[in-house]
Amino acid sequence: MCAVRGLTKTYPAARGRRGVPATPEIRATDDVRLDIRRGEIFGLLGPNGAGKSTLVRQLTGLMRPDRGSVEILGHDVVRHPERASRILAYLGQESTALDELTVSLAAETTGRLRGLDVRRARAERDAVLEELGLTPIAGRPLKKLSGGQRRLACFAAALVGERPLLVLDEPTTGMDPVARRAVWSAVDRRRAERGTTVLLVTHNVIEAETVLDRVAVLDRGRVIACDTPTGLKEQVAGEVRVELVWREAAPLHVPEVAALRDRVVESGRRWTLRLAPEEARTVVATVTGGAAFAALDDFTLATPSLEDVYLALGGAARQGLVKA
Amino acid sequence: MSVVPADVLPGGALAVGETAPEPAGLGPRARLWPSLAAVYRAQLSRARVARIPLLFVATFQSVGIMILMRGVVDGGGEAQAVVAGSSVLVVAFVALNLLAQYFGQLRASGGLDHYATLPVPPAAVVLGAAGAYASFTVPGTVVTAVFGCVLFGLPLAHLWVLAAVIPLAGAALAGLGAALGLLAPRPETATLLGQLGMSAALLLGVLPAERMPEAVRLARDLLPSTYGVEAFARTFGPHPDWARVLGDLAVCGGVGVISLAVATWAYRRAAVR
Ligand SMILES: Nc1ncnc2c1ncn2[C@@H]1O[C@H](COP(=O)(O)OP(=O)(O)OP(=O)(O)O)[C@@H](O)[C@H]1O
Ligand SMILES: [Mg+2]
Repeated sequence: MCAVRGLTKTYPAARGRRGVPATPEIRATDDVRLDIRRGEIFGLLGPNGAGKSTLVRQLTGLMRPDRGSVEILGHDVVRHPERASRILAYLGQESTALDELTVSLAAETTGRLRGLDVRRARAERDAVLEELGLTPIAGRPLKKLSGGQRRLACFAAALVGERPLLVLDEPTTGMDPVARRAVWSAVDRRRAERGTTVLLVTHNVIEAETVLDRVAVLDRGRVIACDTPTGLKEQVAGEVRVELVWREAAPLHVPEVAALRDRVVESGRRWTLRLAPEEARTVVATVTGGAAFAALDDFTLATPSLEDVYLALGGAARQGLVKA
Repeated sequence: MSVVPADVLPGGALAVGETAPEPAGLGPRARLWPSLAAVYRAQLSRARVARIPLLFVATFQSVGIMILMRGVVDGGGEAQAVVAGSSVLVVAFVALNLLAQYFGQLRASGGLDHYATLPVPPAAVVLGAAGAYASFTVPGTVVTAVFGCVLFGLPLAHLWVLAAVIPLAGAALAGLGAALGLLAPRPETATLLGQLGMSAALLLGVLPAERMPEAVRLARDLLPSTYGVEAFARTFGPHPDWARVLGDLAVCGGVGVISLAVATWAYRRAAVR
């Protein structure tokens, strides 16, 4: 339902002024190709500054790409950006337009601006606020709510006035588990009842693994992988993540430990290693017995997560990652 | 947590590498008047919560200026100009200055994205906000006008003309304010321009025109609020020249249409970057 081809966007370099350093030009979207299918929860995963928001802003008609095409439900969004607003609902990272309204008025106004008449807008507002558990705080201004509550209220506004595609830029930041669950079940209900498609921006790996059907991993504006979470994890299958936490410092006087040193990702007292299963077993045997054990605080063995995939794909030249 | 596999969805799942489907029906477009009413209502509720203290400031400022000017002007035409100018200054404070700030901040913080991703006509967003800010000035303007009339001993009989002056001057000044806010490259610049616009309305609108040098008088003629001030000032006389009052109001309305059109254009420009 959404096809993106060769999408490219470069932020121009800014000349430095007094007190403001110059910034080089940034290619925030770099020849991106994506196909999102109907009824899918499609994720964009990537670290801060990877270009996720820039990409979705081009899909929502908010930003004109330098090159490339975006087609949603057969409509050319690059040529007719105004059509995007009649196909999709967008939840951006900012909420300033709604901040001073009450939850209820924010949802109702958004519905009316999505073309609903007053009666429909109020009915849908009430239903959505109830569904998300926002009714008790419906009369409070968004500005006076907690970060998570505010985010949920903005999500509610995005749902009033049904759209076949929801574009959500980090919808659950700051939310507690109850609110998150409310979001995902609202999304799932729309998907089951109406075949709603969701494009979700996240850098939460756990969320990505549990809710996404497919995920594109973005790094410095490029799609470096695109598959189901399981499919991506298979790329690093056959590897095990070993985490060692030392009491104070690693016992480098133990030769087996010293030998591992150039294969670990070190962060403070924590060592992370990605190893083949037999190797992992040997390492665990080494550190849990003998001289190294005295220096060991804790260790875990785990199968790889999407985070490992991300790190493996990130090309950040970390050793001992993917063999393929 | 997604319990519904994609291929049991209503409408059937589309195969991978789906061929281009027929363009699907688009959602409805929000029509101008209903969406204008919705924006107006939302903006008015915002203004009520956040801006009431500022309305007090605007009113006190105008009342203070009139008290100061009482020692300077010698009644008659000058007093009429001071009262009319101070009343319209309340409109300038809110509609020009505060609206320029609001749109400047909305644009800088990405808040325009919200409106830009809704199928709402740009004119509805601009007119709704401008209208709300202009209506918000009504109590302050009326209080200032009544106080001024009492202070300078002017007749209250024709104060009803404010019913035309406020919307028309409000449209002109709010349009200008919105345009400044949307066109300013940075929010600080928008705030600065709004303040400058208001200072201009103060200096050029309140101080009696006869005492000004030629160049300043020209600037005065260019300021949209001037015609609202003049129309209002004329109604204090014993036999107001209604044709000229109407003429001034017509100019004010014309400038209002132009400045709102410019603001709408500025909104379109700011919404898609
Ligand atoms: N308006 C802008 N002008 C110049 N550069 C920008 C602008 N907006 C973003 N960038 C740059 O473009 C890159 C991509 O930014 P973007 O906001 O798309 O990242 P993101 O993936 O959404 O990050 P986050 O997870 O923090 O939201 C970053 O390097 C950022 O510094
Ligand atoms: Mg972002």
